[in-house]
Amino acid sequence: MLLIACPWCGEREELEFHYGGQAHVAHPAEPEGLSDSQWGEYLFVRDNPKGPFAERWSHSAGCRRWFNVVRHTVTHEILAVYPAGQPKPVILP
Amino acid sequence: MSDPFRLPHRPARRLPAGGRVDRSAPLRFTYDGTRYTGLRGDTLASALLANGVAGASPSLYRGRPRGIATAGVEEPNALVQVAGPGSEPMLLATTLELYEGLTATGLSGRGRLDPGPDPAVYDKMHLHTEVLVVGAGPAGLAAALAAGRSGARVVLVDDQPEPGGSLLAGHEEIDGVPALDWVAAVREELAARPGVRILTRSTATGYYDHNYLLVAEHRTDHLGPHPVPGVSRQRLWHIRARRVVLATGSHERPMVFAGNDLPGVMSAAAVRAYVNRYAVLPGHRAVVLTTNDHAYATALDLVAAGAEVSALVDTRPEPPAGLVDAARRAGIEVVTGSCVVGAYGDAAVAAVRTAALDADDAVTGPVRDLACDLLAVSGGWSPAVQLWSQAQGTTRYDEDLAAFVPARAAQHVDIVGAARGVLDLAGCLDGGFAAGAEAARSAGFPAAVPATPANSGDTRPSRPRPVWLVPGEDGDPSTWHDHFVDLQRDATVADVHRAVRAGMRSVEHIKRYTTIGTAHDQGKASAVSATGVIARLLGARTPGDVGTTTYRGPYVPVPFALLAGRERGPLFDPVRTTAIHPWHTAHGAVFENVGQWQRPRYFPLAGEDMDAAVLRECRAARAGVAVMDATTLGKIDVIGPDAGAFLNRVYTNAFARLAVNSARYGMMCRADGMVFDDGVTLRLAEDHYLMTTTTGNAAGVLDWLEEWLQTEWPELRVRLTSVTEQWATVAVVGPRSREVLGALVPDLDVSNDAFPFMTARETRLANGVEARICRISFSGELAFEINVASWYGLAVWESVIEAGRPLGITPYGTETMHVLRAEKGYPIVGQDTDGTVTPWTWAWSGSSPGRRTSSENARSDGATPAAATAGNSSACCRSTRPCCCRRARSWSPTPKRPCPSGRWDMSPPATAAPPSAAPSPWR
Repeated sequence: MLLIACPWCGEREELEFHYGGQAHVAHPAEPEGLSDSQWGEYLFVRDNPKGPFAERWSHSAGCRRWFNVVRHTVTHEILAVYPAGQPKPVILP
Repeated sequence: MSDPFRLPHRPARRLPAGGRVDRSAPLRFTYDGTRYTGLRGDTLASALLANGVAGASPSLYRGRPRGIATAGVEEPNALVQVAGPGSEPMLLATTLELYEGLTATGLSGRGRLDPGPDPAVYDKMHLHTEVLVVGAGPAGLAAALAAGRSGARVVLVDDQPEPGGSLLAGHEEIDGVPALDWVAAVREELAARPGVRILTRSTATGYYDHNYLLVAEHRTDHLGPHPVPGVSRQRLWHIRARRVVLATGSHERPMVFAGNDLPGVMSAAAVRAYVNRYAVLPGHRAVVLTTNDHAYATALDLVAAGAEVSALVDTRPEPPAGLVDAARRAGIEVVTGSCVVGAYGDAAVAAVRTAALDADDAVTGPVRDLACDLLAVSGGWSPAVQLWSQAQGTTRYDEDLAAFVPARAAQHVDIVGAARGVLDLAGCLDGGFAAGAEAARSAGFPAAVPATPANSGDTRPSRPRPVWLVPGEDGDPSTWHDHFVDLQRDATVADVHRAVRAGMRSVEHIKRYTTIGTAHDQGKASAVSATGVIARLLGARTPGDVGTTTYRGPYVPVPFALLAGRERGPLFDPVRTTAIHPWHTAHGAVFENVGQWQRPRYFPLAGEDMDAAVLRECRAARAGVAVMDATTLGKIDVIGPDAGAFLNRVYTNAFARLAVNSARYGMMCRADGMVFDDGVTLRLAEDHYLMTTTTGNAAGVLDWLEEWLQTEWPELRVRLTSVTEQWATVAVVGPRSREVLGALVPDLDVSNDAFPFMTARETRLANGVEARICRISFSGELAFEINVASWYGLAVWESVIEAGRPLGITPYGTETMHVLRAEKGYPIVGQDTDGTVTPWTWAWSGSSPGRRTSSENARSDGATPAAATAGNSSACCRSTRPCCCRRARSWSPTPKRPCPSGRWDMSPPATAAPPSAAPSPWR
C-alpha cells in the first residue's frame, strides 16, 4: 500500500485516495474539430511507461482535492507531488 | 490402576537435563486419540518426539508414512487440526506451543473448516515506526539494539515465544557469557527504552509497497483454545516503517535421495534444536549427512546427549580438518566425499546406504549399509528471502554459498545475518549492529555502531558441496519415484523428469505442472532443492541458471478471521438507513439493500405475499394515493455564480436558464458518450441548484463533478456538497395526492395552475416544519415530494400517513416503484443501462411503444406530457462549449407526444373523479 503525500494533508495511506490515470491529458479545446481516431486517442490511449509516470490522484477520503504524482511504475517510489494544473516537474533518470 | 499418561514401552527420549522446557510444569495432551504428557516450553512436535511418536499423518496422495522433519515454519509433514471452539485446521506441530489439554488430530495435507462460529476476537493495530526489525536472532537483536540506542522508535518482531533465534538451539557464548544471557540483557535494555516495542509470537507475513508490513501476533493461542476474556486471540499489525531491517534467518534444505521422506529423516538443524532447546533426543542411533560445516555441531550434540552417531557423511572430499578431528575425537566416523544414496525402513528409517560420489555426483565404489533410527540431513542453507522478495528485492545465485542471496533492494530495507547468507555468529552481530545504526541514521536519528562483543562463533564456514540430485542405485530419473522433491505434494524426481520431458524449461512452468512448492509450506525449505533437481535434469550448471519462482505473501498461513478482525457480521459493511427507517421496521416492511442503503421493498399486510402486496400498492398509487420514502436518492448542492454554466457542461441539456423554483430532468454522460447518470435538478436560487442522482451512484456523481470542476474547469466558481443525508424526502403519489397535500399545507395553493409540474415551493407545513415541496414524479402519476430536514423526516412521514388515512394512503417500497416506473418506461441508469448505452441508443431503444426520445425519460406526472416540460435542448453537445459528452452531439430530442397510443396521456387528476377509498390501515 502506497504512502502518498497529499499536497494539502500530508502523508496518508493509499486507501484514502482514488486513482485517476495519466495526468496532463487535457480535454480537447475543439472536440468538433477532431477526427474519430483523434477523439479515440484522447479517450482511450494512455502511456504505459516502465519508469517515472505522471498520474492523477484524488484524496477522496480526505480533502477531496485532485493533484498529480510522479510515480516510478517499477518501484512505486513517488518522485514528485504537485497540484493539478501545474506542469510536470523534470525528473532526472 | 496404572497412570494412563505413562507409556512404559516407548524408549525414553526426554533428556534428563537442559533445554528451554519447564520440568516442573508437565502438560497433558492428546494426539490422534492417545494421551501423552509434555512440558511447558515444548511445541507439540517436541512433545511428540519426546514420547517417541513420529508425529505426522500419512502423505496426501501416496499414503506413505511421514514424520516430523523440521522444527519450524518450514515443516512439510506435521500438520494438525486442533480441537476447540473455532477448531483450526492446518496448524504445524512444529510451531504449536503445547498447553494443558491440547487435543490435536494429525492431517494428511488437508484440514476441515469448523462450521461453527468462532467465538474468539481478532483485532487490528496500526503503527508507524522509524525502524522495524524482523527477526530476533543475533543479527536482529543487534540491529534493534543499535537503532534503539539512537532514540528512534523501533519495533522488533519475532515469531517465537522468546527472542534468540538460532541461539535458542545452540550453546554459543557472547561477551563471555552464554549467548542466551546476552539475549536476556539485550531484551532488558530494549524493553526499558520507551520508543522500543518487542512483539513476540508475531510473524511478519507480508511486505508491501512503501515499507508497509503486516504482522500476525498470536496472543492467547499458547494458553488454549478458549477465548481469554478481555484479550483478543490474535492481532494483525499494520506497520509503516521508515526503514526495515530483515533478519529473517535461513532454512536448512533437505536433500533428494531415495527414501528421503521416511520418518526419522530430519533436518540436522532441527535435530540440534530438539536436543538443545527442547531436551529431546529424536533418535538413539543416528547418521548425519551434510554438504557443509553446520551438521558437525549436530553430530557432536547428539553424542553429548547420549546418542550413538554411526557415521557423519560429508559430501565434500576434504572437509575442514578441525571439524573432522573434533568429530573423530568424539568417536564419530567421518566419511568424506560420500553421500547417503537411500534410506530404508517400513514405518520409519531403519538403515541408510552410503556410497562415495565422484565429481559429477555419480556413485563410485561399493555401497555400504548403516543401521540407524535417525538421519540428520543438512543440504545447505537457503536465506529466508521471502519478505525481501515480496518487497521486490532481487536475488542472485551465490556459488560460494550455493544459495540464492539478496542482491538489490527495491525499498528502504536492509537484510542482515543468515538471511543474506552470513552464517557465522560474529558476522551476524557485525551486520546487525551496522544495519541497525544505519537504519536509525537514515531515519534521522544519529546512531553509533556498537562494538561487536567477543563470541564463540567467529569462524566463517567453509565452502559447501551441494549434491542437488543424489543418484538412485539403479534406473534413471524417470523411475526415481521415491526421491521426494516436495513432501507435501508427494512430488518426486520422476514427476519433475516427466515435466522436463514434456518440454518444460521454466521453473515457473515446472512448478505448475508438478505442483512443487504450492502446498501449505510454500516450499520454504524444499524450493531451492527442487530448483537444483530441475537444474540437474535440464543439464544446467547451477540452480542459478534456472532461477527461482516468485514469492508472494503471506509468508505463513493467516486465518481469514484475523484478516477480517472485527469487521464481521453487522460491522462487515456499513448499513445506511433513513430517518423514517423506524416506521418501516415497525410496520413490517421487507427490506432490500440498494447500495449500502436499506430500503423498504414492500409492506405486506397479514397473509400477503410480495405479488399481492405490490399489486395493492400499485393500485393505490394509480387510483388513489400512496407514499414512498425517497430519502435515499442522491442529493448534491451545486452553489456559486457559475453553477448554471457548470450544469450546462455536465448535463447533455441546459440548466443555466432554468427558472428559480423550477426543476428539469437531466442526463449525464461520460466523456466516451455513454450514459452515466440522470435525475431531476432543481433551481433553488440564482446561484443554487439541488441535483438529484440515482441512489446507488450518488458518490460516483459527486466524484465525477468534482473531478471536472477541479481538473478541467478550475475557473468556474462552483462549490459542491453532498446533502443526501441532510434531507428526508417523502413522495406522495397518486391522483389523490393533491388532497393529502392540501391537508398537510392548508396555506399553499396546490392547484395545477398555481403549482405546475416540475416546480417547487418553499413552505411551512401545518405542523410547523419548514419544507420544500416539489411536484415531480417517478411514477407517472400526480406526485409531490416533500423535503424536510432529516431530523423531521419521521414526524413528517407520520403526518402524511395521518393526513392520507381518510383516502386510504398506502406506503410502498422499491418493488412497486419499479413496477410504476417500468409501466411508464422510465429508465434507471445502472439497471436499464450498462455503460454501453449512449443517449442516442437509449432514445431509439424499442422498449416502449413507438419511437422514444430521451426527453421522455423525464418523469412526467401524467398531468403534463413529458416532452413539453423536460430539457429544452441538448445544449452542450452541439455547442462549442467544452463538454464532457462530446460524443452525444448528434442526439437531439424531438418534442413530440410521448406515446401515439395515448397510454401516457392521462387526464389531469384535478378533473378526475376521486375513486372511493377505504381509510388506510397504516398508522
